[in-house]
Amino acid sequence: MDFTYDDEQQALREAVRGLLATAYADHEARRRTVADEPGFDRALWGRLAEMGVLGLPFSEDHGGVGAGPVEIGIVCQELGRVLAPEPYLASVVHAGGLVAALGSPEQKADLLGRLSAGEIVLAAADTSPGGRWASRADGVRASVSGDTWTLDGVADPVVAGGAADHLVVTAALPDGDGTGVFVVAADAVERTTYAAADLTHAASVRFDGSAATPLGEAGRDLSPSVATISDLTRIMGANQSLGVMQSQVRATTDYLKSRKQFGVTLNTFQALNFRAADMYVSLELAHSMVDWATMTIAGGDRDAVADAADRVGLQITRAGRHIGQEAIQLHGGIGMTAEYAVGVGTAHLEVLDQWLGNGPHHLARLSARVTDHELVEALS
Amino acid sequence: MQLELTPADAEFRTRMREAFTSKVPQEIRDTVLEGRHLTRDQIVESQRLLNAEGLAVPHWPTEWGGQDWTDLQRHLWHEEMQRAGVPIPLAFNASMIGPVIAQFGTEEQKARFLPDTANLDIWWSQGFSEPDAGSDLASLRTTAVRDGDDWVVNGQKTWTTLGQHGDWIFTLVRTDPEVKKQAGISMLLIDMTTPGVEVRPIELIDGGHEVNEVWFTDVRVPGDLLVGEPGQGWTIAKFLLGNERVGVAPVGATKRALSTLKANAGDLLDDPLLRARVAELENDLLALELTALRVVAHSSGGEPHPASSVLKLKGTELQQAVSELALDLAGPASLASRADDDSPQDGWARRSAPTYLNLRKASIYGGSNEIQRQIISRTILGL
Repeated sequence: MDFTYDDEQQALREAVRGLLATAYADHEARRRTVADEPGFDRALWGRLAEMGVLGLPFSEDHGGVGAGPVEIGIVCQELGRVLAPEPYLASVVHAGGLVAALGSPEQKADLLGRLSAGEIVLAAADTSPGGRWASRADGVRASVSGDTWTLDGVADPVVAGGAADHLVVTAALPDGDGTGVFVVAADAVERTTYAAADLTHAASVRFDGSAATPLGEAGRDLSPSVATISDLTRIMGANQSLGVMQSQVRATTDYLKSRKQFGVTLNTFQALNFRAADMYVSLELAHSMVDWATMTIAGGDRDAVADAADRVGLQITRAGRHIGQEAIQLHGGIGMTAEYAVGVGTAHLEVLDQWLGNGPHHLARLSARVTDHELVEALS
Repeated sequence: MQLELTPADAEFRTRMREAFTSKVPQEIRDTVLEGRHLTRDQIVESQRLLNAEGLAVPHWPTEWGGQDWTDLQRHLWHEEMQRAGVPIPLAFNASMIGPVIAQFGTEEQKARFLPDTANLDIWWSQGFSEPDAGSDLASLRTTAVRDGDDWVVNGQKTWTTLGQHGDWIFTLVRTDPEVKKQAGISMLLIDMTTPGVEVRPIELIDGGHEVNEVWFTDVRVPGDLLVGEPGQGWTIAKFLLGNERVGVAPVGATKRALSTLKANAGDLLDDPLLRARVAELENDLLALELTALRVVAHSSGGEPHPASSVLKLKGTELQQAVSELALDLAGPASLASRADDDSPQDGWARRSAPTYLNLRKASIYGGSNEIQRQIISRTILGL
């Protein structure tokens, strides 16, 4: 049992942190980036590709690096620290994860190779308007005629859907045969992009007889794999949230030490310091759970990963509400402004949680399982 | 980063599990597992059995019975002990005065006290808090005045847990009223059968007799029973209260209490609201346990990991939260807490209200949770 990074992991973290600092050391740079299409910095995306970060999860045969979940988690934490709007979770972890899990060797070599090289952006379309976090698709329907597949329906929100060159779409198979996963070229769909509450970009995607290529074997129900990739994405999203909260706790304590009211700095007031202490408690508990869930992925057990996703999902959403709200409150008015990173971080936490799985969702799933075990074991 | 225990640590854990379930009598373990009170004899018997196996004081120096384990091994020892329902070795002996005498005591004091302390042949009590010295311990007023080779002690200690069983008491006393308040404090070991020592029970809100007042009236204490140097008491007290990294949060016991609660709940667990409360607590406890593991894995060189305060703060909150849920589960049956043993109500339900009330103490003792917040905001966050 070991909760520390090795030297290579440490070096990866420093490298990613250094690169992101060149782009987003100043929150104003993020504001400018998200104000325009595609909602992230394509030059930075290219440099992440050069560094091997975009290919981290994928095997070397497919142009990737073949790194493990801990490395991917490190990248997500660093992205979170600076509220980077780059669609790493949506494109690499989620959509890329679906391709890596389900695609044919040719599809993987093509799509993952170009994704790793920074040549294309992918986006996963798995939610229909009003939909929740289900692995069974219902808003988009697949039809087949001969060997030709087409899709109809609407997916929304599709994070990074506007910038994507290819969409990886979950769709209901004909005759209630379950959920299939398809690759659809961006020019085969109608897209409307918009900004989410944290100003990252998402899209509403309409499929109207859109030509689609099945990922892997056509016509088979893939919902178990879809669920597992969602679970992995949930855990990596928790890593990103952890990075956000670490920055918020640091910013808040710095502010309490520097901001003066009544002629003294705010850390003169114990009522405020105690609330900052409670933020730190939430942060450390969430940190432990994030590390644990990330390490659980390496075990490779699908049920264990699903359980870890719910556990870290619940913990991170509770921590996010606590830390995100207190960070604004302890900053006072400036925490409400768009030009200051702290409040935008709170918006980012909320977008991550509502996209990937919110507190009530994870709590409901855990509640259903409380009688399946006597104790929750931390160490297997 | 790796989740699995090494084969050696996994084997160690199995060895602990086997020892605890085979060496300590089932009746004692059932008493703990069901949340009933242990008798003095049961506590003594259990510790002597552990001591015979080398499992009572593993964190002491090896020459006095310690095992030279890693912090992780000590964590596993502590968790497995709680899981098996084995009473934790008496804290006053094993965690408090034993390590203090081993660190600060004379060779004579070590030889005289440590073997008997490990084996619970001496039952130690703690004489720190006073009516006007709680969280502000340094303002204590019990005095010890030099008289020849002896010290003469006058004053009052309070909150002395299980003092009614005590053979000896380790006390903080003011030996120099002229200097800065921390610098005038010394530690004295006092035989509780000495004339002038009086133990008076304090009845608590749970109806139990757990703590006491201890009064000292012209109590004569031989000079060789002062630990360390005169004026070193505050340093020793900080060592005593701060040297613990393992077992800061009662993780294993709280997990066990929640598991017992689920077993007792029966059909009530069909209620989704109850299930949600259980699920939330299980998740919080997992996060706490993982944090405890991070702390033991990262500690080195005797300095506690700064997150230790997180463990105390959150650990006691969760311990209390589980007791609240148990009380809610018991409902009307909890009113029978002081009924006779032939009550038709279940034992766990009858114990739920006293346990809830008793555990309010957890966020007060050992550095109240407000003190822990102060430590976090000052030493970790630099506020």
